[in-house]
Amino acid sequence: MTSLMGNHSGTIGYSFSEPTSANVKQHSFYPYTDNGGSTLGITGADFAILAGDTRSTSGYNINSRMVPKVFKIGGDDETGEGANIILSVVGFAADGNALKEKLDTMVRMYKYQHGKSMSVGACAQRLSTILYEKRFFPYYVHAILAGLDEEGVGALYSYDPVGSYEREQCRAAGAASSLIMPFLDNQVNSKNQYIPGSGEGHALVPKKAEPLDKETATKLVKDAFTSAVERHIEVGDGLQLVIVTREGIEEVFHALKQD
Amino acid sequence: MNHFPEAWGRPRNDVYGAYDHSYLQTSGPKAHTSSPAVTGTSVVGVKFNGGVAIATDNLASYGSLARFSDVKRLRNFGDKAMVGFGGDVSDMQYLDRLLDSMDIKENYSHHGNMLNAKNLHTYLAKVFYKRRSEFNPLWNHVLVAGFDGQGEPFLSSADLLGTTFSAPHLATGFGAHLAVPILRRKFPEGTPLEQVSKEDAVEALKECLKVLFYRDARSADKYSIAVITKDGIDLKEDEQIQGQSWAFAERIRGYGAQTA
Repeated sequence: MTSLMGNHSGTIGYSFSEPTSANVKQHSFYPYTDNGGSTLGITGADFAILAGDTRSTSGYNINSRMVPKVFKIGGDDETGEGANIILSVVGFAADGNALKEKLDTMVRMYKYQHGKSMSVGACAQRLSTILYEKRFFPYYVHAILAGLDEEGVGALYSYDPVGSYEREQCRAAGAASSLIMPFLDNQVNSKNQYIPGSGEGHALVPKKAEPLDKETATKLVKDAFTSAVERHIEVGDGLQLVIVTREGIEEVFHALKQD
Repeated sequence: MNHFPEAWGRPRNDVYGAYDHSYLQTSGPKAHTSSPAVTGTSVVGVKFNGGVAIATDNLASYGSLARFSDVKRLRNFGDKAMVGFGGDVSDMQYLDRLLDSMDIKENYSHHGNMLNAKNLHTYLAKVFYKRRSEFNPLWNHVLVAGFDGQGEPFLSSADLLGTTFSAPHLATGFGAHLAVPILRRKFPEGTPLEQVSKEDAVEALKECLKVLFYRDARSADKYSIAVITKDGIDLKEDEQIQGQSWAFAERIRGYGAQTA
């Protein structure tokens, strides 16, 4: 009972928060916001897919139903024609835009100065450096970079906001990442899948993960997003699918639920 | 009479005493805006077949005080675009001067002013983003209306953090809660722009302003509206919300003194 009646003179007697004294009021500027949305990337033997929903939110408001999150990097003009690397950014959209512009400019400058396109691996390292430059005032985004490596194999790199990165087969980021990533672990990397009848209990042989073909990967992306839309309010409206193959970059939009 | 011009317009020293310069801080830390002071409320905008319509009321509030009732919050950028400002009024005036000087400089250049509403929006968003990154924000949320490089109607938003987005209809502040649902119902997303007439768009904006006046305590019934088409900007700055009906107020229960 002492905790209720004791020395807490400041808090006792109020069912609501403490009354504010005059000089407590300090409304300071917070330079970040969360614009919701989710992104996802999958690679295969000869392709890489990046996808994102097209909803932009602030709080419970939908700002717009058509704000793409996947960008072509290092194109010849503002349409992105001639690019062979793609980037998705999710989190604080203004930082995402600034990051995209910066990387795009650098990849284009590289092409002008060296007369050849930058490799995905080099671009991935550069993106990490750009993010780490702002280690103490970070770009509040989860970035995913994708393209084809020097062997023509699908390459996908995922980042944290301060530039730690890793090459992976697949990665989900953003608001619904916690809903999508376990699905990807199971369906792309065959986690928790075993070969039926291969043994009893722990002796079961795990199923080996094998590279997916483009059609299967595209289906998984669509399924992941239609499911995420059902369970996350910040995800919806439209699905932007960008696929890199040896033939170039293909971009398609699909409808998602608008509720 | 005092023949020294530098003293003109000053309180007289013999009557009021010498000016106390300690009020004017010339040293010490420089303070950034950490909250807006005199503010404007919502801006609403709609795209229609062949242009864009945008509207704001003419009020600038000081907290809950309706301080200035004749402040035009729609500012033009040459004859190319309109910017509707919500948020801090002094930051609006700063940005308006910035845009005017840019317009003048462009017009004096050999190619003339070729900046369209889309370019203007990109510029404004970068100014906002730069200032937020310096922790010295311009406390506004703006809508930019006009045409893009392809000559298509353009309507886009930018705010103090540098966040940008574009949609067929947009509103800032309270309007994001009250006006956007009305506009989305009137012109469902996916409706081709060809099916939205100028008259419908203007009518919808007036309806939105009326609802905002009913429910937004920081709004007024004097408003400005601009219609931007290929023929130029048609700006009306001294409009009055028509057909107000406060009959609904009679039926409101749960506030005030009534007991039943």
